Formats: sequence, structure tokens, C-alpha cells
Amino acid sequence: MPDLLTEFEHEEVIAAEAKEYHPRRMVLNMGPQHPSTHGVLRLKLELDGETVVKAEPDIGYLHTGIEKEFESKKYQQAVTLTDRIDYLSNLSNNFCYALAVERLLEIEIPPMAQWMRVMLVELTRLNSHLVWLGTHALDIGAMSMFLYCMREREDILRIFEMFSGQRMMTSYIRIGGLALEPPRGWHKRITTFIDAFPSKVDEYEDLLTENRIWIGRTKGVGVMSVPDMLEWGVTGPMLRAGGLKYDARKENPHSSYEHFDFEIPTRQESDVYARYRVRVEEMRQSARIVKQAIDGMPSGRWTADAPHVVLPDRDKMKTEMEALIYHFKIVTEGFRVPEGAVYQVVESPRGELGYYVVSDGTAYPYRVFVRGPSFGNLQATPKMVEGTLLADVIASIGSMDFVLGDSDR
Amino acid sequence: MLPESLQTFEDAAGLDAATPGAIVDGQHTRGELALEIAPDQIIPALRYCKSQGRYERLSAITAVDWYPVEPRFEVVYLLHSLARNTRLRLTARVGGTAAEIDSATAVWAAANWYEREIFDLFGVRFRNHPDLRRIMLPDDWEGHPLRKDYPKTGSRV
Repeated sequence: MPDLLTEFEHEEVIAAEAKEYHPRRMVLNMGPQHPSTHGVLRLKLELDGETVVKAEPDIGYLHTGIEKEFESKKYQQAVTLTDRIDYLSNLSNNFCYALAVERLLEIEIPPMAQWMRVMLVELTRLNSHLVWLGTHALDIGAMSMFLYCMREREDILRIFEMFSGQRMMTSYIRIGGLALEPPRGWHKRITTFIDAFPSKVDEYEDLLTENRIWIGRTKGVGVMSVPDMLEWGVTGPMLRAGGLKYDARKENPHSSYEHFDFEIPTRQESDVYARYRVRVEEMRQSARIVKQAIDGMPSGRWTADAPHVVLPDRDKMKTEMEALIYHFKIVTEGFRVPEGAVYQVVESPRGELGYYVVSDGTAYPYRVFVRGPSFGNLQATPKMVEGTLLADVIASIGSMDFVLGDSDR
Repeated sequence: MLPESLQTFEDAAGLDAATPGAIVDGQHTRGELALEIAPDQIIPALRYCKSQGRYERLSAITAVDWYPVEPRFEVVYLLHSLARNTRLRLTARVGGTAAEIDSATAVWAAANWYEREIFDLFGVRFRNHPDLRRIMLPDDWEGHPLRKDYPKTGSRV
């Protein structure tokens, strides 16, 4: 067993090794406060001239102990924690957690709630991809992209606010369905947005797709082979940009995804440019899904018929004794979840998002493990940037689209 | 011992034949197959899954603390096969004052950070891990927060 080195000693060892064998090498510290690390990622880079010889990502600056916190919240209360894991795709996290617990409870979600969930999760994907595109382009120097992307993102956040009262920490997808009845006028609001959206994507593509500077900075940069990505646990658009057509929405359809018609965009080059093209195409596909969801939205209840899990309506509470009892019991002691464990996976904007929920039969989760896609993707950073130029590191890590809250939890 | 009811599952039967005695227990609930493996057999079992079982991906490794039951730690390996579109869960129970298990980094490179995370938050050590350091918490942190006997609030005395 090797002795554990402290952070400081470890750096000294790297520096000493670098000096001993390679007098020209230097160790460069990037982050954790570097603007292009999108949060607090730190990279220790060993350089030979401008070439990166060794890279070592250092995470944990945003570790908040969310998994520990889960264990002292009731199942329904814990939904609010899932928002805060990946703060750019909060509804995907609500969604995945709710699906996992619903599988433990074995309750059926009505079609209207399922479709509504799909629609909101796809809007979340647009939201997340827009932030990614804006900041990634900003890192590489295309400043105007950021303004375009934030303009559309604002519309999406307003839609979320309309549904849940919150722009970012929505907690709208709950165990047993949705938190509230969809608001009056949601139909028109989303239709207006989604009809205009494809033309907005055209605008982004006009600015970047054939832009010679953009191509120069992204083509052939950050290449990683598919076997390497599988070995290192990379998922999502990065894998698809390498030609592997895998998407959990198609392969393991959950929550009515099988009723939607959409394509899984792939590319072969597996470089930063390919990842950009895949994500832009994904935005178009998500817009298609949202459109289909609006047109075919089934009518019915937004919560499951499971009185021991879902809070009763206010009017029933005032007229029916049983509803009142259920309300009292759910609020005071929560609901018990049968013993067992499930691993539920959804396709988040970043890749495979998984919730491993273990229940010991009480009203509190015994253990919740969140398999954040960013954690797996970040782990492969050395594989991707070693041997490339320092300036390409920014483009490469930008193309991973990680959120540190998701990896550090 | 592989339970009778799981003999029909290709993965379970294959793994049992390839590594006799490795499977301690198993269950198939809610559409998920979970096999408990003897901790000293975990590496051969994972190798079998990766090569013959075509589980190309290691989705994640995590742990559950069943304190005060001994052996208290359940190390959970979440495997995923893209070729067959299936998922498999292997678990191994380790305990004692110095819980240890072999590192899966030799099988999947991706195991590296997941094992560091378990070491950091649960205090399970992984033999032959290339770089077993804390990953989330500072290096001078005392204790392992995701253990059930680690309090959530209060001050150190």
C-alpha cells in the first residue's frame, strides 16, 4: 500500500520528478478559479514547452455531502436535493430520482404526467445545451454566442418559473407525478417558444458551423477513441460524437419515450467539433420531442392514483375523512418504501445519469448514490489532453460539458 | 451458492460456471439482477463479466454501509453492456476494522475515481490501487462521512 501523500507533498513530488528527468518541464496550475473551468475544477498540468505531458484533474471543491443529506430527508423532501446536484439540468435529476423511487414503490404514473415530464426534461436539455454552447464558445473566443444562447435560455427559465414558481431549483417532478397542476396557458407559451426555436438554432449555426476560426480551434482537437471512452466511463454526447449510437431514451425507454419520434445524432470524428455538431443536432431533436409532446398531450391527472404517496387535493381534504387522514400521515411521517435497491438510468444532457436508491423499508432513503455523468467524463481528461497543446486544453474540457456540482455532489 | 431461481439467467449461470464458488447469493427484483460475490473472487468475476459477459462499461462503483451488521460495507459494481443492452449489479461484502478489497482498476480504468471516492467517504481500502488518495475531502480530513456512525451535525471534542 503506497503511503498517502498530502496535496502539497504530491505537488512537490511531481515538481521534483519533472525537474529531475526533464529540465525543461514545468508544472502549471489551472484553476480552481479559472473562468473556463466552469465552476471549481483544478487541473495540474505538466508542460514541455507548450505541450501537455501530464494532466491531473483535481475535483472535490464543490463537495457538499448531498448523498449524506439524502439519508436524513424523507423520500419526497429529498427531491429538493436532486435539483442542487446538477444545477443546469435540475429537472433531469428530479426525473431520475422520482423514477427510481417509483420503481421501488411500484406505482404507475398516468400518461399525462409522463408526457409532461418528457416535455419538461427535453426543455431542460435545451437549457443545458444552450448554457454549454454559450460558455464553450465564449472560452474559445466567440463572445456573441453567449448573448444569443442566454436570450433563449431566459425564455426556458421563464417557462420553468411558470410551471413551478422557480427558475432553477424547480423540484417540479415529484414522486408520484408532478408537484402542481400545469399552469393555465402553458400550451401557448411553450408553442410560441418552440416554434421559433429551430430558427434560433440556425442562427447559432450561421455563426459557428462554418466559421473558420471556430473550425480551426475545434477540428481534430481533443480526440478520443470509442474503446478509450468506454474504458474510462465517458458517456453521452461525447460517446455519440465518436460514432457510438447509444442513448438511454431509445435503448431503455422510460416514461413514454417510446411514443416519440426522434433521431440520435452521431458523428465519427470524436473531436471537439463533432461534439459541437452532435449537441446542436440534439437541440433540434429535443425541440421536435417538445413539439410532439404539446400536440399529443394526453388529458387526465398529473399525479398517480396512490393515496399513500401523493397528497390529496385540497377540496377532497375538506370533504373526505380518508383524504384528511392520508394528508396527515404523509405530512407527518412520510411514506414507507418497500425494502430493496434499484439503479435507475436516464439520459441527462451530459450522459448517463443514474440514481442507485437503497431502501430499508422506512420513510427515509437508506442510501442514495448519484452516478453523475460529469464524474465519469472528467476522469478521462488526462486521456484527452495529454500530448496536445496547452491552448487546446480549454477547448477540450469545454467540449465535455461538465458541471462540477454533478461530479462533486 | 447461486440460488436455484437464477439458474436461467445467462450471466448468473455463466459466472457460476467460470468462477465456481464465487457467487454467494443473488436475487432478481424489479427487473434488476444482483449477484453477491465473495470479496476475494471479485476480480476474476469482473474479468469474466467484461470479457465473456460483454459488459464493456463499468457504470460506477459505490458502497452501502450496513452498520452495525458485520461485514458492514457492501461494495456495489454497476455494470452495463451496450452490446446486449443489459445491466448487472455485483456486490461484495467487506468488513472488519480495516475493510479491504482488491482494486478493479486493472479491469476497468474507470474504477480509479470511483474507488477513491469510496475510500474517501467510506474508508474502504482498495488493494493495488495506483493512486489511493482522498478525492472529495481535504487530505487532512478525519473520518469517513458516509459511514452510518459518522454524525451529520455536532462539533468535534
